[in-house]
Amino acid sequence: MSPVLAGLLQLLALIAALALAHLPLGNHLARVYSSGTHRRVERWIYRGVGVDPDAEMRWPAYLRGVLVFSVAGVLFLYLLQRLQGVLPGSLGFASIDPDQAFNTAVSFVTNTNWQSYYGEQAMGHVVQTAGLAVQNFVSAAVGMAVAAALVRGFARSRTGELGNFWADLVRGVVRVLVPLAAVAAVVLVAGGVIQNFSGIHEVGQFVHGHGTGGSQEWNGGAVASQEAVKMLGTNGGGYFNANSAHPFENPTPFTNLFELFLMLLIPFSLPRAFGLMVGSVRQGYAILATMATIWAGFVALMMWTEFTHRGPALEIAGGAMEGKEVRFGIGGSSIFAVSTTLTSTGAVDSFHSSFTGLGGGITMLGMMLGEIAPGGVGSGLYGMLIMAVVAVFIAGLMVGRTPEYLGKKIGGREIKFAACSILITPALVLVLTAAAMALPTPGHSMTNSGAHGFSEVLYAYTSAANNNGSAFAGLDADTQWFNTTLGLAMLLGRFLPMVFVLALAGSLARQIPVPATAGTLRTEKPLFTGLLAGAVLIIAGLTYFPALALGPLAEGLAS
Amino acid sequence: MNISVPHTARLLGAGLRALLVLTLVTGVLYPLLITGLAQGLFPGRANGSKTEANGRVVGSALIGQSYNLPLKEGQQTPEPDLKWFQGRPQNGLGANSVNTQYDLILSGATNRSADNAELVQWVRDAKAAVIRDNSVGGYTVKPSDVPADAVTSSGSGLDPDISPAYADLQVHRIAERNGLPVGHVHHLVDEHTEGRTLGFLGEPRVNVLELNIALERLVTEH
Repeated sequence: MSPVLAGLLQLLALIAALALAHLPLGNHLARVYSSGTHRRVERWIYRGVGVDPDAEMRWPAYLRGVLVFSVAGVLFLYLLQRLQGVLPGSLGFASIDPDQAFNTAVSFVTNTNWQSYYGEQAMGHVVQTAGLAVQNFVSAAVGMAVAAALVRGFARSRTGELGNFWADLVRGVVRVLVPLAAVAAVVLVAGGVIQNFSGIHEVGQFVHGHGTGGSQEWNGGAVASQEAVKMLGTNGGGYFNANSAHPFENPTPFTNLFELFLMLLIPFSLPRAFGLMVGSVRQGYAILATMATIWAGFVALMMWTEFTHRGPALEIAGGAMEGKEVRFGIGGSSIFAVSTTLTSTGAVDSFHSSFTGLGGGITMLGMMLGEIAPGGVGSGLYGMLIMAVVAVFIAGLMVGRTPEYLGKKIGGREIKFAACSILITPALVLVLTAAAMALPTPGHSMTNSGAHGFSEVLYAYTSAANNNGSAFAGLDADTQWFNTTLGLAMLLGRFLPMVFVLALAGSLARQIPVPATAGTLRTEKPLFTGLLAGAVLIIAGLTYFPALALGPLAEGLAS
Repeated sequence: MNISVPHTARLLGAGLRALLVLTLVTGVLYPLLITGLAQGLFPGRANGSKTEANGRVVGSALIGQSYNLPLKEGQQTPEPDLKWFQGRPQNGLGANSVNTQYDLILSGATNRSADNAELVQWVRDAKAAVIRDNSVGGYTVKPSDVPADAVTSSGSGLDPDISPAYADLQVHRIAERNGLPVGHVHHLVDEHTEGRTLGFLGEPRVNVLELNIALERLVTEH
């Protein structure tokens, strides 16, 4: 069997698994965010926190919940890292420097999981397990909560109430993420992912004798438990520096496919839940079809460019295997690279910087679309719904009638919130990239020169502002400039869009639904899927084309 | 919006309490439960899939290692010990590192782009070395025979595998250096070639550590 055919079969197997799993999970998610009852463990949690889970919140209150919880997360994670040197269970690692601790705390709270540190050389058991892994759960749950609030904005009318943030947060953790992660973690251990709390220890090597080392130094870790939620919550922060390329995180071709499945599972299940909650499953499938079309198209493009391996070093080598593992090959690595950048995951099983020029460009364009196909857990759905609002607005302009979506009028107020939400990340990416290129010192962090060096910086800000977390990792991002500016990009790129999403939700929920007429755009039809995909690609394309032309396009066309 | 100081403080208190309670659930109970299950059900795998040979742990079946000669006086980089099968090239990880009191396994890639002059040189050098080292006796390696994985470094820098093509290419050298018949070594490689999982997952591969353990056994028996 040729590697290309094997790659395509892996893709088909993945699609089949997701097609099967999204049905029960989509139904479950819709029930979780519509349920009026509380489980016993949830009641204990609400009592411990001291909140009333049944109090309905308007959008400002919901937003305050999101913000205070996230501020608490940043503070806690920052302190934990700053105190690492005196905490037990830290493997003798020192405390993290202030700028890096800020960057890492923000990174994990915003579901970005950008890492300017080497996991195996910096973070001990306590910070990994009780700090970083916790944010893997709760930042994903926050994303789902905001998505649920926006969906309620469409589903409800004549009220400003969007649900209760604390209930949405706790249910996302207790009813969705923890049970799925527990099963997934055990599957990963069965596949060879490690799960222990041993310290740094010597393990013998095959060749022994003077000067050959004779042993490797290993650190243990609760890797499987973190790996499961790292993928499931589209977080992507590796326990080790090599992330999902590390054999202890992703040992076999099966675990590779399983990790792909985990990262796409919730994002591809949420549209069904959305359809159920707004009372029309077909509306959900129109969104799902848009996501799936873009994703499959990107995978096909990536496989084509990686299998053709253009670029001097790859042509001499006879294949694009630099930065890729033998067990995954080019097929498995290509599917992973696309999926991780079209979701907000950012985990890597191969290193994007060594992909072909165009392949690197595809990973960047995936993030630049806003990570909505299928996008991060929660953030993908609300991002795509914002684009749907923009798409019906464009269609409304074409035919000259007030646009509406799901029975809600998209007036001046709504379109302003939607437009602000989608303008934030491009502004952050382009302004900060320009600043880094204009200043004298940030350029010293580049490993490669020319177009690829520019791509390293563009990739970094694209990844941070879109909360992805992957990197053209040649960039030495552990400098005060990058730790600080990337940290700010992550914060603003996560929470400013949420402000506008919740404001939009509040505005929609107050409306009285307008009845559908013969002139209403049928947003559950394939025509709308095409329109939406077109709007997504054109808006991102127009925004980023000049920047892409200077980086990956220049590199790809030169080879 | 109510933004008075006591109100904000009360809210922040709720945020902190929520974080602490959820930390207890997801950062303490959950990892302990998974560790218990992992250690109970799959202790070998949960602890790194250690592999033994001659009653001694010789590494992990999952982690690649180097098969080098001892360092000579004044030598900076060791030379490969050509009587063993060699894995993929292990080029630099970059000089920056955060916390250096332990010399741990450091995983990572070169992150060099396809048009990077250094990478082009590394690939050229690696190709020349593969051809030189493996052209023995009457057997000559053609540049077009050298597979991509033999001249590029992996994503983790710890790739335990090589392609069957790269293993086959080393057979004549291994046979000569160890005084074994070529057919026996070929057979050994075939035995240790793992196909795609279920016929379509991943790529065919040979685990270098397991192959070398079997080779050592073959040498002692011979």
